[in-house]
Parts: sequence; C-alpha cells; structure tokens
Amino acid sequence: MDRVVGLASQRAVVIFSVSSCCMCYAIKTLFGELGCNPAIYELDEDPAGREMELALIRLIGKKKPVPAVFIGGRFVGLTEQVMSHHLGGTLVPLLRDAGALWL
Amino acid sequence: MHSTRTSIGFHIHDSDDSTNLTRNPIFEFKSSAQLEEETPSHPLQFHNDIPYTCIAPSETRQTRQPVSNLISSSTSRGHCENWGESLMADTSPKTTDTSTDVDNDDKNQRMEAGHVSMFTVSNSSERGKPGDQKTMRRLAQNREAARKSRLRKKAYVQQLESSRIKLNQIEKELQRARQQGLFIPASGDQSHSMGVNGALAFDAEYAQWLDEQNKQVNELRTAVNSHASDNELGDMVDGVMAHWDDVFKLKTIAAKADVFHILSGMWKTPAERCFLWLGGFRSSELLKLLASQLEPLTEKQLLDICNLQQSSQQAEDALSQGMEALQQSLAETLASGTLGPSSSPGNVTNYMGQMAMSIGKLGAIENFIRQADNLRQQTLQQMHRILTIRQSARALLAIHDYFSRLRALSSLWLARPQD
Repeated sequence: MDRVVGLASQRAVVIFSVSSCCMCYAIKTLFGELGCNPAIYELDEDPAGREMELALIRLIGKKKPVPAVFIGGRFVGLTEQVMSHHLGGTLVPLLRDAGALWL
Repeated sequence: MHSTRTSIGFHIHDSDDSTNLTRNPIFEFKSSAQLEEETPSHPLQFHNDIPYTCIAPSETRQTRQPVSNLISSSTSRGHCENWGESLMADTSPKTTDTSTDVDNDDKNQRMEAGHVSMFTVSNSSERGKPGDQKTMRRLAQNREAARKSRLRKKAYVQQLESSRIKLNQIEKELQRARQQGLFIPASGDQSHSMGVNGALAFDAEYAQWLDEQNKQVNELRTAVNSHASDNELGDMVDGVMAHWDDVFKLKTIAAKADVFHILSGMWKTPAERCFLWLGGFRSSELLKLLASQLEPLTEKQLLDICNLQQSSQQAEDALSQGMEALQQSLAETLASGTLGPSSSPGNVTNYMGQMAMSIGKLGAIENFIRQADNLRQQTLQQMHRILTIRQSARALLAIHDYFSRLRALSSLWLARPQD
C-alpha cells in the first residue's frame, strides 16, 4: 500500500495498469487525447506488482483493480468513474488543478 | 424321406462359437430372411429351394465334422470371403443389394452342393441312434436361433448406417444455415442455452420497454403541447429518464448472458444497426442532433452541451481504440504458432493455451459494452442536468422521434419491393 501511495503522489497523474488489459489501453488513450502525460505502472511487469495489486484490491474493493487512476495523489477511480467524471466535466478541472494540463 | 424335410438342418451352436459366426457372414443371406418370413418359427426346412447350406471349411468343431465335407470347392470359399467383406458396412462401398446378388449367385451354386450333401447327412442321421437325432435337432434349433440373431444384427446395423447418413445430412444443413446467419442453438448445452435464453429474454423485455417508452413519450408530448406546468413536466421527464435507466439495466444483465447478442445489435432494427457502436447508439451523434433542436440555449448551456459532446467523443474514441486493441490482440493470439496442415503434438498444447487466452480476451468485451452503455447513460443524465425541464422534455421527445424514424425506415426497407 505504501508503495502504491508513494508512487501515486510522485506525479500529477498516475495510472496502475496491466499491459495486456485492453480497457487500460483505452484509459491510457483517453489521457493521451486530453494532452496529459500520466505515469504508468504495469502491475504485470513490476517486480512488486503482486503486492501493489493486492493493495489496490483492498483500496478499491474490486477483483480487477485496473486501470486505477490517481490524480494529484488521490484515487479518482477505475474506468467507469473516470469516464463519468469526464462526461460530467469534472475530469479536466481535476487535471488542471493537479498541474497535469498546461492549458 | 420325411426326415429330410423336417427339422434337421445345419444349425450352429450360438453358445459355442458366436464369434466364429460373425466372422463367417456367409450365413447372412438376404434370402434367408425371406425364408424366415415364410417359416418364422420353424427351423430350416430342406425344400428344393433351400437357400443355403454351405459351411466354410474353416469350421472345425466336432459337431460339424459330419457336415464339414459339404463345401468341396475352394472357389466357394473365396466367394464366402467376398461376402464377408461386402457385408461389413465400413469396409466396402458395395451396397447390400449388390452383395445380395453375389450372395444369390453363390447361394445357387452351393445350394446344389449342399442339397446333395444334406441328403447325405440326413440319411446318416436317420440311420443313427435316437439320441443323435435329438442332438441334431437341438443343434438345428441353435443354429436357427443364431441365424435369426445375425439377421437382427444385420438389420440393426443397416438401420444405424442409414441413421448416420441422415445425421450427417442434417448436420451439414445446420452448418449451412448457421453460416447464413441463422441463429440455431446447439442442444444439450446448458451454458449455451442460458445464452440463448438470455438473448430471447432480452429481446422480449426490450420490446416491452419500447412499448412502455412509446406510451410515456406520447404522454410527455401531450403535456408539452398543452403547456403543462414545470412540476408536471418535471415528473414526467423524471419518469422517462428513469425508464431510460431501465434499458441500461436490462442490457447489463443481457450482456452477462450473451454479450455477442448485444454486440451484434440484432435486437435493434436494421437501420438502427447501421449506426451501431459497441452495442448501442453513439452519444456524441445524439448530442449533435439535439444541438440543432434545442434552440434557444443560453451561452452557458451551449458551452456545456459542446463540452459534453466533445467529452463524449473523446471517451468514445478511447473505448473504440481499446476495442480495436482487443481485436488485434485476439487475432495475434489465434494466429500464433503454426497454422495450416502441420499438426505436431506440441501444437496441441499451444492450441489449448491459445484458446484459454482467447477466452479471457473475449470476456473483456462485456466490460467494453458496459462502459459504452455507461457513456450513453451519463450523456442522457448530463444533458438533463444542463437543460431546463422544458428543454429536457423537448430533448427526450426529439431523441425518441429520431429513433422512431429509424425504426420506421427499417420497416419500410424490409417491406420494399425487390426486383
């Protein structure tokens, strides 16, 4: 958990992902489209990946805790929450406040 | 010589050597069946037109010693072996009729020989002790029983063969129909039938949902046209919004049971299917439609609607690209290893691994449908938030009318005159 929290607070946007997960790919694409440059940690490629996965499962309460998006060090959500934020118009302000966007 | 016409015959002990019997299908005569019809319960009668009597020289049992000299020519034996092959269904392309013709020819030849020999045998048995006669009768009865048993077996095998051919035909037809797009569920497959039930159940529920929506929208239209109060309108708009939520719940359940049914859009009319995106309508398109219908909008509203449209577009693009990545990944998985004629044992393990991985990827499709539906739901709810009650009412009417026109177009299309 410490590792997750630590990594999450290091950059404005942090995404915990699995390299083979296509939904993670979709979310990465979205943030790219929005013009930000998130730090991406692939749980299946990280040596501490399993621990991080367990920590995320505990935090989020879902069996598959990816893609987990942190903005400004705070957990925003998985795919559904991120998309809902975006349609609700609250995602971009979050990004801007965290300094992830320049415009 | 009465005894020659009675039950003395060449019967085989069924108990002794039934396997030998099956190896000697020379005894399986079509004309024997005819005989059986004529005299169903009697043992072989030795009439002039007796069908057969030949016994292969390979028979060496003691009980047959006296009659083992019946077959004299080696050619008959060769014929016997031909019979054997032609009667074994899986080895020879010859039809039963052909083999029967062969049988009949051989039978006729042997009839002569056997007929003569039978007289010899019967003469000798007649001269023998009564005990021998009883034994001979018993033997004859046994042979008859064995013969009948073989005939039954032959008939059964023929039945199986024709059933097999018919089954193959039916399977081919089924395959053809499936390829043409007809959905035909496989039988005896519980999970598959649940998928079918899920699809059928959803289609029925969706039809009900459409009926209910038509009703609610008509009431809303009446209320808008009669300039009902905001409160009244508000309640009706809330009702329509809640009703929209219902269809997304239905789709979630249906996607769990049969994601490909939802993905295919077969539950929609053809013209609607034309615009299908991840199992439903495209929210950004809907908003483009509404922008023109909803004037006058305040500047804030216009901005919000534009932002909503843009966000929706971006989210749709992201999901589309994710889906494309999934398809590409699936294709790569299935194409890995050797395709084509080689089939080494190692390939089997690869194949199983491929399939397992591919199943996992297919499972991810359900999540994409879920997220696409979430987009659609969020779009409607955000639109409702941005607009006033009256504007929301008009928006919902416009959306319903648009889809109704698509459905009407489908009906016209399906009913169009074709040359």
